[in-house]
Amino acid sequence: MNADLGLWAVPLAVLGGMLRVSTPFLFVSLGECVTEKSGRINLGLEGTLVFGAMAGYGGAYLTGSPWLGVLAAGLFGVLFGLLHGFLCSLPKVNDIAVGIALMLLGTGLAFFFGKPLIQPAAPMLPAIPLGAWSDVPQVRAALEVSPLFVIGLLIAIALLFVFKRTKIGLVLRMVGDSADAARAMGYPILPVRIGATAFGGFMAGVAGAYLSLYYPGSWNEAISSGQGLIAVALVIFARWNPLACFGAALLFGGAGALGPALQSVGVTEGYYLFYAAPYVLTLLILFFTSSRTKALEGAPRELSITK
Amino acid sequence: MTMLPLNRRRLLISGSALLAAPLLMRVSPAAAASLTAGFIYVGPRDDFGYNQSHAEGAAALKAMDGITVLEEENVPESNDVVKSMESMIQLDDASLLFPTSFGYYNPFVKETAADYPDVQFRHCGGLWSEADPKNAGSYFGYIGTAQYLSGIVAGHQTKSKRLGFVAAKPIPQVLMNINAFTLGAKSVDPEITTQVIFTGDWAQPVKEAEATNALIDQGADVLTCHVDSPKVFVQTAAGRGAFVCGYHTSQAPLAPEHYLTGAEWNWSTVYKMFAEKALAGGALPNFVRGGLVEGFVKTSPYGPAVSEAARNQTDTVKAEVMKGGFAVIKGPLKDNKGNEVVAAGKAYPETAVELESMDYLVEGVLGSTS
Amino acid sequence: MSETQAFVRPTPIGAALSKGAGESARRRLEAVLIPILALLAGLFAFGLFLLAIGKSPVEFYQLVYRGGFGTWFSLQNTMQRAAPLLLTALCVALPAQLGLVVIGGEGAFVLGGLAAAAIGAAMPDAPGLIGMPVMALAGLCAGGVWIGAVGALRHYRGVNETIASLLMAYIAIAFMQHVVEGPLRDPASLNKPSTTPLADQLRIGEIPGMDVHWGFVVGILACLVAGFVLSRTTFGFSARIAGGNARAAAVQGLPVGRLILTFTFAAGAAAGLAGMIEVAAIHGTANASLIAGYGYTGILIAFLARQNPIAIIPMALIIGGIGAAGGLVQRRMDLPDATVLVLQGILFVAILVSETLSGRLLPALGLKTTGEAK
Repeated sequence: MNADLGLWAVPLAVLGGMLRVSTPFLFVSLGECVTEKSGRINLGLEGTLVFGAMAGYGGAYLTGSPWLGVLAAGLFGVLFGLLHGFLCSLPKVNDIAVGIALMLLGTGLAFFFGKPLIQPAAPMLPAIPLGAWSDVPQVRAALEVSPLFVIGLLIAIALLFVFKRTKIGLVLRMVGDSADAARAMGYPILPVRIGATAFGGFMAGVAGAYLSLYYPGSWNEAISSGQGLIAVALVIFARWNPLACFGAALLFGGAGALGPALQSVGVTEGYYLFYAAPYVLTLLILFFTSSRTKALEGAPRELSITK
Repeated sequence: MTMLPLNRRRLLISGSALLAAPLLMRVSPAAAASLTAGFIYVGPRDDFGYNQSHAEGAAALKAMDGITVLEEENVPESNDVVKSMESMIQLDDASLLFPTSFGYYNPFVKETAADYPDVQFRHCGGLWSEADPKNAGSYFGYIGTAQYLSGIVAGHQTKSKRLGFVAAKPIPQVLMNINAFTLGAKSVDPEITTQVIFTGDWAQPVKEAEATNALIDQGADVLTCHVDSPKVFVQTAAGRGAFVCGYHTSQAPLAPEHYLTGAEWNWSTVYKMFAEKALAGGALPNFVRGGLVEGFVKTSPYGPAVSEAARNQTDTVKAEVMKGGFAVIKGPLKDNKGNEVVAAGKAYPETAVELESMDYLVEGVLGSTS
Repeated sequence: MSETQAFVRPTPIGAALSKGAGESARRRLEAVLIPILALLAGLFAFGLFLLAIGKSPVEFYQLVYRGGFGTWFSLQNTMQRAAPLLLTALCVALPAQLGLVVIGGEGAFVLGGLAAAAIGAAMPDAPGLIGMPVMALAGLCAGGVWIGAVGALRHYRGVNETIASLLMAYIAIAFMQHVVEGPLRDPASLNKPSTTPLADQLRIGEIPGMDVHWGFVVGILACLVAGFVLSRTTFGFSARIAGGNARAAAVQGLPVGRLILTFTFAAGAAAGLAGMIEVAAIHGTANASLIAGYGYTGILIAFLARQNPIAIIPMALIIGGIGAAGGLVQRRMDLPDATVLVLQGILFVAILVSETLSGRLLPALGLKTTGEAK
């Protein structure tokens, strides 16, 4: 039987929500962070995420292995990333617009091929019981995390290292900050950008697989509530810093868990407004951290949205 | 607007139908059948929930002779549904339409029915009245009584005396289900309470999962829901080790060990009735309601976890229901703010029209209607 | 001379402004030819997709023609569907003149509808000639302020307008749902929480002789006016200079801030007006059914029209027609409803990719050009 936690349930639920809900935001924002570092923005990750959710579920169902599903989702994500990368390498083609188009195309294809997958039950990803030490069931439940969450955290740390300490990171930043300088140094601009977009696609595909194979763990046409788009916003307020992306994803996930948690302890009026809290919060943070005159700190200078 | 544009519109439509008809006869496979029935769903038709329950009813018609079934899914509650209905009528000769989402009725079904007096429209969930077109109508099932039976099973199963309910919006049909479920449980033990969380919309998988977790964190150990697709809810709750009662269709295959019972629609009864009457050339009833007795709704078979005592009491009450006239909502009854909503001695059987405008949560429900 | 040319972008409107006659003719020809080729290529690519899954492209396009354009009923269906899209596409195309990408028109649409329904419900006895303009004004202002705020955030705080408009769309929808189920809920709206229904004289009727409401005419007029203002007035001209290069515009003394605020307000006002029309012509009340994605489809149409307000008209009709045929395709070919989304996505990509041909198509075809811009 569960212990009666009273109002303590709210912070606990927010913590649990952070750990459960944040992972898709984390993966998409890390992928987008790399893409944007190279000087491109891909708004189409929302479509990639939805396709990844479908492909991941289908892959897991057909092979019987949820991890193969995750891999399939990632690989399809790479395909979408490559498509975006190549199309935007054509002269005069706008990356924001192609992103919006691929959002529509990815979602459409996912719904098109996903019809037969709504019914079957696919094997789910396992969970890591980080709360096994506690004898309070709610704590155990809140601290049950997906291996993907841990992998996401490790990727965030790894990316920080790559950006700061490695040649690859240096080239990536140079391509994103000044194409002219990179060209003068003899670095290949387009291949770097296409590669960075493909990585972003991979991460968004995996984020989709998390939705369909772990939490909420189902494939249907309402599975994404805009995670792929919001994550693009999170990158901006995370200032293109992978660890800050991790923090932003946690913050957004926790804010999303606030609505149901408040209702469960009796704060029931105006739940729509509580549900809007994550969006208001994001907007406020953008408002207070942006500046009219100077470009955003840490922003890749070739990036169209910050010019 | 006045009647004038309506008449003009009707004229034009018949004119355009004449234009279109010769073109279409050649390609329409529907021409040979004696009745074409169109079904329109607001979401995907295999959602383990509301839309699937209707699609299963439509599938029962496909098996009948002389009937062609048309289906369209994901049709929004806007002018789109008018155009879908008109397209089925004009391009595919449909003469009997079942727009199945509640939001289709007013104004869309009413206006379209007025424009096409020769086509029959039967809408799920609406409240047809004498003022509405005679070729329109509405049908619905008294599923609240089935929820009451689920509540009895839940009342026996719960150890924490706390039930959970994940709901979409505080509208009468949902409030009726919450109240009936709670009253069923309270008939086992008056101490039992039901905690409600509203997700705000009919299909919100992540919020439904979060709500389920929040309810279980607050001690709920038996849960049910009223959202379009209960799949995520059932899997999340069962994954946390809680017991569930299903809704719309049976979700037992998703959680065989934790599924207790459920309130299910049985639309094939209704659709077959309408189709048979239409094929025979008879008049279709305008206002159709039915419950467990009429076979419009049913309960899922008991899951393995349901105790003998729970089965016995539920079966006894169900037998009582099957005699007809059973009232879940009866006085004295207070709402959860302490106001008396039904006076002592007063009873509302499921057929009572008053229940269709329910705006309160009964005592024992934790939650509010706005 | 060379200064102006540098600012003219290769859009159809820009073409009209170019000075050299040969240059202008070439650009004009390309501006029409390239999108048409792109659409055809997109339709062809989708045909291949259908072949790959074992369906007949010929049957599909026949059904699209029949369901969207082939009969008087279908054509009216298409026009009715295009009506809100004309205005929501303007919500994207107007800020695009300044180089801004606004994707949150859905929020302005929903708030415009809500404001109109609320005002309309408050004056049940007002004659239509007074009530409807007041409702329209409410819709215009609600939508205009909402997207205007996006412009202000951009101008005064440097907040990216794409992200801000998206976030604000989520907030607007939550606000509408809250108000409709809470303070403004009509107690009689039982299972479909709505505001109090509008009185009959406040409802927008149909165009005489047609099954299409007046919103279609309003949308066409709005696109024509926007096209005129952008291509024939100094105001529109300065907008394009600012859009081409904000810094140069500032140097020339153009009021960039005022332009941004005016264009984003006008954009939101267009979407808000679409919301008002949807309420007054279709629903008669504001409720959750307003959230039908018209704002998002407007993005698609604006890009297909390459942000040219006049080109929005044919594109809205094409997309409306595909939507109108969607049901027929589902029923006859047993294709899922998402087929329409796939086709839309492919057309979208094709049009965007075709941008790369501009300035290169005619030379590639061996046509002689004069006055080649540097």
